[in-house]
Amino acid sequence: MGLENMKMPQLGESVTEGTINTWLVKPGDKVNKYDPIVEVLTDKVNAEVPSSFSGTIKEIFAQEDETVAVGDVICSIETAGDESQVPASNETTNKVTEETVEKTEVSAETSMKTRYSPAVMRLAQENNLDLSNVKGSGKAGRITRKDVERMIANGSQQMSEPEQTEDISVKQPKPVDFSLENGDKEIPVTGVRKAIATNMVRSTTEIPHAWMMIEVDVTNLVKYRNAEKLKFKENEGYSLTYFAFFLSAVAKALKKFPELNSSWAGDKIIQYKDINLSIAVAHEKELFVPVIKNVDEKSIKGIAKEIYQLATKAKNGKLTQEDMSGGTFTVNNTGSFGSVQSMGVINHPQAAILQVESIVKRPVIIDDMFAARDMVNLCLSIDHRILDGVVSGDFMSEVKTYLENVSATTTPIY
Amino acid sequence: MPVLSYIQAITKALQEEMERDEKVFVLGEDVGVRGGVFRATDGLYEQFGETRVIDTPLAESAIAGVGIGAAMYGMRPVAEMQFADFILPAVNQIISEAAKIRYRSNNDWTAPITIRAPYGGGVHGALYHSQSIEAIFANQPGLKIVMPSSPYDAKGLLKAAIRDEDPVLFLEHKRAYRSIKEEVPDTDYTLPIGKAEVKRDGADITVITYGLCVQFALQAAEKLEKEDIDVHILDLRTVYPLDQEAIKEAASKTGKVLLITEDNKEGSIIGEVAAIISEHCLFDLDAPIKRLAGPDVPAMPYAPPLEKEFMINPDKIEAAMRELAEF
Repeated sequence: MGLENMKMPQLGESVTEGTINTWLVKPGDKVNKYDPIVEVLTDKVNAEVPSSFSGTIKEIFAQEDETVAVGDVICSIETAGDESQVPASNETTNKVTEETVEKTEVSAETSMKTRYSPAVMRLAQENNLDLSNVKGSGKAGRITRKDVERMIANGSQQMSEPEQTEDISVKQPKPVDFSLENGDKEIPVTGVRKAIATNMVRSTTEIPHAWMMIEVDVTNLVKYRNAEKLKFKENEGYSLTYFAFFLSAVAKALKKFPELNSSWAGDKIIQYKDINLSIAVAHEKELFVPVIKNVDEKSIKGIAKEIYQLATKAKNGKLTQEDMSGGTFTVNNTGSFGSVQSMGVINHPQAAILQVESIVKRPVIIDDMFAARDMVNLCLSIDHRILDGVVSGDFMSEVKTYLENVSATTTPIY
Repeated sequence: MPVLSYIQAITKALQEEMERDEKVFVLGEDVGVRGGVFRATDGLYEQFGETRVIDTPLAESAIAGVGIGAAMYGMRPVAEMQFADFILPAVNQIISEAAKIRYRSNNDWTAPITIRAPYGGGVHGALYHSQSIEAIFANQPGLKIVMPSSPYDAKGLLKAAIRDEDPVLFLEHKRAYRSIKEEVPDTDYTLPIGKAEVKRDGADITVITYGLCVQFALQAAEKLEKEDIDVHILDLRTVYPLDQEAIKEAASKTGKVLLITEDNKEGSIIGEVAAIISEHCLFDLDAPIKRLAGPDVPAMPYAPPLEKEFMINPDKIEAAMRELAEF
């Protein structure tokens, strides 16, 4: 018999905490390894966390609606026999890649963080201290009696100071004091809304944005797509959208101008090899940004299929962390809600975002004659630390050239 | 102030008490002409004669029984068991008679006898010359068990034991006899039986132990001081009955307690110390109470590597202290 602790997993690169949504088990329940035991809501995704052990749920430490830091113990599982020892020892001895070694070290360091000795519990109660903010100096992050005594001696002021200071939303200026008038409604900011708010503040405060817009004549594209769409829908079961063509165009242009497929990393710029396009998908009041990977390697049909699949998943709340991570550039289909011009906020830490506006029929002068053409505006926001006007302009005209020359011969659907 | 070894302090105490009170006499195997196999009674035969320094037959039950009888008649006998290992034939006399006579006779009779016995290992003595036997006697109300850790304490406590109105089992670590030396005053002083003493003041972890292990613990604490680990050491001195107040105070001081004995771990004195702490100090504890003791095997082995493995030493104590400090 052994007692193992389940910790809040890291559910994405930048995720530091998760909110317990629903417990799928209760103390005393038997679970197998990989059985889902809890639903966790992070600011990016709603995920089911699988059990790392087979055994019996002993105690649940994190309650529903409680927000828990990554690595904190959420429940303990009593395992039967020595079986549980095997994966544990494998973890520490066999994993050799730097990344995983680092991870196990980190989790080992905090495994005792919420194991309170009687002395620590008593002191915390007598002095009304919140132990979650105390940094433990004991083995595996355990908070020792001396840690607490030191805190008390230093005055409890410091106690309540949160360990984590890098939360940008906290740095906002003093909130305005709102008083609720008759009929005003207070809506708590949670989950995805909160995440959007934090990310937007981060993007706009950290990234110096610059904008440009170009007009593209997509008459050929419209004709081509209209000719194919019925047959396509019949054959494939989903729609052939304009968006698939735009993604394909952007991916090809990014291949030529990889400067835009990058991230600012403080003292250096990281240029990505893969072209993974984040696309914004709205669902009710929430906005998700799933990712289509290696778009440059996919046919129009392949892209259309993935758009369809991700949109369906978003609608059903089935998007996984895997679906949402790894994006290197964002294409936003603002035209879908009628916009003809917009200034996108870059999806941090990417270098740029491209907004595809509505396709509208407009009079255009060609060879000194008026013509009715299908026109679309493409709006680009760039991180001016990484990119300048010239490369952005070159990129945009590459996208434009590609789109204006779409036809059955240049752009096969299959 | 003269520097005396542990055994010289014992001899000095006996000599002073025999000079002070003519009712005090010594009996045991080879304590007279030979002056004891460890020389604890060296010179006493010459100074006080054969009537007060009595060589006995090889019969521990008789040594204890004769002593108890004499004590009940007003004498102050100091009986010597040549090795603590040999005390077992005398157990009935000590437990059934000496320990109980005051209670049984409603205070009409008492047995103010002191029984000295060298205990402990690390001297290549093997089975019959290395045992720790204190636990056998440590649940007999009416009996006191004193186990000093230093020459100064040995002299003061032996004198107190001789003057005590009830039976005292006085256990001397044979490896301490010549290895531990310190300044011991010539003056007549006694130390209180039943009182533990703080041998080192510290703030990080508490070590509670007795006998030779106190010396080992002090050495280990000295080393750890360089690592900024501050060790508090309580010497029980009397292992039965225990000084509960001192134990509680020492344990509560740091909340991290290491208990050490050379005896086999299960059923030893320190198990009782652990019980007292968990009964009274739960809300001051910051770590599980840790015990460092001899293994649960029947006897101290003769083979040197095995004896070393069995014995407590400063290195083992240092490791245990560090582990507890880091917890």
